[in-house]
Amino acid sequence: MKIKFRELFSALGPFLGLFLVYTIFFVCAPESFRTLYNTKTFLTQAVIVGIGALGMTLVIISAGIDLSVGSLIALGTVITGLVLRQWGNISGTEMWLPCVAALGAVLVCAFCGFLNGIMISCFRIVPFIVTLGMMQIARGTAKGLAGQTTVNCGTNWLNSLMVVEPRMNVWYSAAPGVWIMIVLACVMFIVLRYTVFGRYVFATGSNEATARLCGIRVGLQKVWIYTICGMFAGIASVMQFANLTLGDPTAAIGMELDIIAAVVIGGGSLSGGEGSIAGSIVGALIMAVLRNGCTLVGVPNYVQNIVIGVIIVAAVGIDRFKHNKQK
Amino acid sequence: MKKMRAGMALELSGISKTFGVTCALRNVGFSVPVGEVHAIIGENGAGKSTLMKILSGAYRADAGRIRIEGRECVIDSPAAGRVHGIAMIYQELTLVPHLTVAENMTLGMESTRYGFIRRCDRSINEALGLLGHAGLSCDTKVGSLTIGIQQIVEIARALVSNARIIIMDEPTSSLSSDDTRVLFNVIRRLKSAGISIIYISHFLEEVMEVADSYTVLRDGESAGTGKIAGTDISKIIKMMTGRTLNEMFPHVEHKTGDVLLKVTGLTGANVPRGISFELHRGEILGIAGLIGAGRSETLRGIFGLDKSQEGWIAVSGRSGLSACRMRPWLALKMGVDYLSENRKEEGLAEGMSVASNVTMSSLNRFAGLSGYGILRKGRERTVVQEWIRKMNIRCEDSTQRVSSLSGGNQQKVAVARMLEMGRDIVLLDEPTRGIDVGSKVDIYKLIGNLAAEGKGVIFVSSYLPELLGICDTVGVMHRGVMSAVRPVSEWTEHDIMMTAMSGSTRV
Repeated sequence: MKIKFRELFSALGPFLGLFLVYTIFFVCAPESFRTLYNTKTFLTQAVIVGIGALGMTLVIISAGIDLSVGSLIALGTVITGLVLRQWGNISGTEMWLPCVAALGAVLVCAFCGFLNGIMISCFRIVPFIVTLGMMQIARGTAKGLAGQTTVNCGTNWLNSLMVVEPRMNVWYSAAPGVWIMIVLACVMFIVLRYTVFGRYVFATGSNEATARLCGIRVGLQKVWIYTICGMFAGIASVMQFANLTLGDPTAAIGMELDIIAAVVIGGGSLSGGEGSIAGSIVGALIMAVLRNGCTLVGVPNYVQNIVIGVIIVAAVGIDRFKHNKQK
Repeated sequence: MKKMRAGMALELSGISKTFGVTCALRNVGFSVPVGEVHAIIGENGAGKSTLMKILSGAYRADAGRIRIEGRECVIDSPAAGRVHGIAMIYQELTLVPHLTVAENMTLGMESTRYGFIRRCDRSINEALGLLGHAGLSCDTKVGSLTIGIQQIVEIARALVSNARIIIMDEPTSSLSSDDTRVLFNVIRRLKSAGISIIYISHFLEEVMEVADSYTVLRDGESAGTGKIAGTDISKIIKMMTGRTLNEMFPHVEHKTGDVLLKVTGLTGANVPRGISFELHRGEILGIAGLIGAGRSETLRGIFGLDKSQEGWIAVSGRSGLSACRMRPWLALKMGVDYLSENRKEEGLAEGMSVASNVTMSSLNRFAGLSGYGILRKGRERTVVQEWIRKMNIRCEDSTQRVSSLSGGNQQKVAVARMLEMGRDIVLLDEPTRGIDVGSKVDIYKLIGNLAAEGKGVIFVSSYLPELLGICDTVGVMHRGVMSAVRPVSEWTEHDIMMTAMSGSTRV
């Protein structure tokens, strides 16, 4: 029973962290932090990293890494912007053209993820190198497609995805992006915990040799994992587009590291076999609350960087400490 | 300087060591004079490596005394072993391939001046000269040398660290016959320099050639010790194997039937070389042989874990498949399952729960929509609990991590996974290695039950009594080639050892 308690504690760790961070700002930050509106604000701010982290969680549990996510998000915004600019002036398409644009972004990003997976599985190149390459390739492609500048396009309903409070003063009215993140998180939670695929992701990361021996087609699994990660980068890129209202090939530089940090703060282990969807979302929230709170308190940006850095190392440090104790 | 007692470099007496319930060494003793080569001989698992680990300080003996050059010593760490002048040359070389010969030889004992590493080419060249390899350049990267020369570098490293006793563990197992010649010359030079060598090998011909005296270990006990001069190979083999089968091996009645698996000309990257055999329903086929003879590689080739160069694998009732195109998931589909000898690295996902491990191969069965739906965790738990009961696995519950179980219980989890998969052909690679006697008997019973159910079992083991005790037929591998498979009644332990060491039953 003692072990059970410890496991529970370890699973709740990231939640405790979030609670702690929230409480600190609740006490120190000005009145404006405590409002419902501000809660909706930092939830919205967590959306892009949160959705990206859903795919990254799979990758990290399988003992891989995907550095191309930030560039893919930029590529996605450019694709969305291009589609809207090309056909946006045709009347009667206001409803479904943005859908097509978003779908296009998701498909292109998923395809890049698929290429990552193929390179990793078929040519046995380590994920770090493959995705480092894809990071440059996707960024370059985005710049090329956009003609070295931003892609401006008219207003459309995608922009409303990230509006903090679509209907004023209604308590349940939050940004559609937040609801999308929550629904996707629930889906991925079930996929990871209650499907054969999810179990195989854990098995691949925990011990690849065993997985292969048990008849799991490890290469195929990895192609799926990286494709899904690309797909989530694509969905995140639609949210990024909604934020910017234009396609920007220089958007989301370094965001892959934020996303990896969210997964790691949430209990993911870079050596594989560990991690959870709930943890990763909480990781994304911790960073969003910190940024939001620090801004309201008036802490300069550089301090935010230092604090987030400390939290990343501390989260992993505490996790290691617990592991060593178990042995 | 104190006078040495009768010029003995090393004296051991009454060395004992137990691991849990198994007694690895019982009251072993021998002595090695200065400048002599002493061979330690024994079957796999007889206790040779335990003894050497005690000498090099990796393990500590439970009882017994070690005297080095007449003085009693306590060797409680690898560092202490080095201080007392004991150096160990392992089967796998421990050199750093990206550093040069000189850097490797002084690694960990660099002398410095003003914080900079001082080159000490003199002692290095001296050591290499003593071994007859003065021509070897100190600035060559070790990775670019052949295995044979790397081994010489390793021995030279021992000399640079002032070793007086060098332990060589199966030094020729990865050497070509030319390199073996060179090594023997080096050993002779070491002898004349007054250095004592403990030589562990199961290639008896080599022992007869290079050693002066020997100790035979059997089941952790000293079965005989003496001078090489005046003895012969078959006398030593008798000492190695001279024991009776006991009740360790429960017999389960079973009958052999039609051909189940046919392997033709299976050839791997190195070993095996052109293996062919047939496995029948209800047959337990044992494969004997020395480590490195290609037994595991044969099983891994059949299961598709190692890529084969050539060969054909046919399972009854299905179209055959070229061995080059075999993959584990295909093998499982065709009805072949494999139990790895390497439980920790390959056999089990140690970080995952007992339940996840047991159902890992057969997980599709627990999900709706032919494997794409939601996992029925309740059903999974019931099934796993059933296995825990049936296999007598000692654990808190099915969610416990495998890493916290004992070796025997871990092995039972691995076996349970195989039984849950329920394939007709079962390849077992050293299924009883490193587990306690009670668990061993459980596993023997299980193998018998599998055969009684009409399944085909291939059983690879380094422990001859268990092969003779439970197998119906036995084949012996020698350097990648397998002898004819014959009924177990036509084999004796002596014949198997002969075949394993020389490829035929005649000397």
